[in-house]
Amino acid sequence: MIKNLFSRLLQGLVVLFVLFTLTFFLVKAMPGGPFQSEKAIPAHIKAKIEAYYGLDQPDWVQYYKQLGHFLAGDPGFSLRLEGRPVTQIISQAFPVSFQLGVVAMSIALLIGIPTGCIAAAKKNGLLDVGSMAFAMVGVCLPSFVIGPLLAETFGRSLKWFPAMVWDASSPQTWLLPAITLGLGTAAYVSRLTRAGMIETLSQDFVRTARAKGVPGWKILIRHCLRGGLIPAVAFIGPAFAGIVSGSVVIESIFQIPGLGRHFIKAIETQDAPVILASVLLYGSLVILANLFTDIAGVWLNPRLRSGKN
Amino acid sequence: MTTEKGSSLWKDAWLRLSHNKPAIFGLFVLITIFLSCTILPWIPGFLQDPNLPDLLGKNQPPSSAHPFGTDQLGRDIFSRVFYGGRISIAVGLITTLVSVTIGIVWGATAGYVGGRVDALMMRIVDTLYALPFLVIVILLAITIEAWTSKLTLWTVELIAGKGADRLAMEATRTWVEPLTTLVPLFIAIGALSWLTVSRIVRAQVQNVAKMDFVEAARSLGLGHLRILFRHILPNTLGPIIVYTTLTIPSVMLLEATLSFLGLGVKPPNSSWGILIKEGADAMLTNPYLLVFPSIALSSSLIALNFLGDGLRDALDPKSAK
Repeated sequence: MIKNLFSRLLQGLVVLFVLFTLTFFLVKAMPGGPFQSEKAIPAHIKAKIEAYYGLDQPDWVQYYKQLGHFLAGDPGFSLRLEGRPVTQIISQAFPVSFQLGVVAMSIALLIGIPTGCIAAAKKNGLLDVGSMAFAMVGVCLPSFVIGPLLAETFGRSLKWFPAMVWDASSPQTWLLPAITLGLGTAAYVSRLTRAGMIETLSQDFVRTARAKGVPGWKILIRHCLRGGLIPAVAFIGPAFAGIVSGSVVIESIFQIPGLGRHFIKAIETQDAPVILASVLLYGSLVILANLFTDIAGVWLNPRLRSGKN
Repeated sequence: MTTEKGSSLWKDAWLRLSHNKPAIFGLFVLITIFLSCTILPWIPGFLQDPNLPDLLGKNQPPSSAHPFGTDQLGRDIFSRVFYGGRISIAVGLITTLVSVTIGIVWGATAGYVGGRVDALMMRIVDTLYALPFLVIVILLAITIEAWTSKLTLWTVELIAGKGADRLAMEATRTWVEPLTTLVPLFIAIGALSWLTVSRIVRAQVQNVAKMDFVEAARSLGLGHLRILFRHILPNTLGPIIVYTTLTIPSVMLLEATLSFLGLGVKPPNSSWGILIKEGADAMLTNPYLLVFPSIALSSSLIALNFLGDGLRDALDPKSAK
């Protein structure tokens, strides 16, 4: 297990390196240059930036320079925003996105797992069909349709929530964006939980428990939940990656000042250091989520524990 | 006396599929949407010019002249939805074709050759899997613009002739541009999204390669390529078809997302993603602008998913619950 974990971490580092290289050269190949925006930056700042990144040297020299900066943990300065340090930009924007992502993931699990369980317990019942129809709609309605509709209905018409404002200190303003972001994932989690629970409920030990007179809800929660959750837990890694990607879209729908919006802005202005730093951050999050998924999978499924995979 | 008639796998599958109501419903919806988006724009006079502004008839609700109403420039939404659908569908099909082709070749090679080659190829797949997909696609969409804008210029000059007047150039440009900007981008996206197909095909090929008839083919002296493509791959078609029907909606969704972010199809051309974005921006003044393109996109996605699930049950009875 420890050995497996170690090799996964090593693989993660390789992924980050590939990601860095890919992003660096993709940004280099973009049309135009970083200093073409209408807002001119002061000459001394421009000179400082050019020296730091070696912008007057060939691409591969810049690549090694930049790689060195990142390995040393200092991604440098933004090429716009008056040369602000990248770490400062990210440390301001990331908590916002993280908050949004965590709330969205919690919503997805809190909706997905119970509806999946109920659907499995009452297979082909009204609730089953209803929740599966909901899951289907959740999979097929893109967030950029749901988002504006929710904002319009619950924000502007019913005035239950403030629409299109983001205030880190008031949870009310998080809810609509987080629901929009989490709904698709909730639908998937629900389908997977249903499949896993149906599989577990058909096993012999459930029949034994029934014969002994254990009440239905207790069988569901005490006997089956752990086994039935395995498919849903295996999906948490990809789901988290989806939420990370989705946050880029949601932040531009709801105008949330998070990392996603900085990322899109940075791409529009070819702000290479900010692009690189955010891509690497997104990449590490996905890798960590996958690692967590593996560990949780082993914890839930003792058959994986023997050491041989 | 009745004679016993053999029934092929495909006939069985069709029989199972035709009993699956959601799947048949999905198939029907898909055929309707597909035919109307491909045929209607070609019937002269049936649809209005999707890019023709009408400053006197802005933001109109649905009427007999404009079945879906008009947008903030007075353009007919009905014809914009169908013209946009043409692009969305084309993008979905091209990308899926590229990704499935690469996935089949990669997965079949890994599964058939096995050993170290297999381990290396699958390790590459694992590595690519761990990349944040949408983030890479967004980067790619911007980068590829440098090449596609040159390609557009070149193609327009080629078709309209080098010294053509401005008007003719513009006219050619309106229909050339969506092709030259989108096709390269979505071929590139297809080239990034073959990972799941390759895993499925590899697993299938590994299973089939162990069977006796493959041994028999080998003892007849057939070459590896012939065994792989003529004898093994046809037996893995079921899961491939299922996965293909499920890939198309995810690609169409990706196109819509990119267009929504302003990175895919560029106005004045329309795709469902662009139309939804315009609708979301103008939701307060004219909700129809959001409603009709959303219905078009979502009903295609739902139909494709129903069909995909139905095909899975029909072609791969073992995996059905």
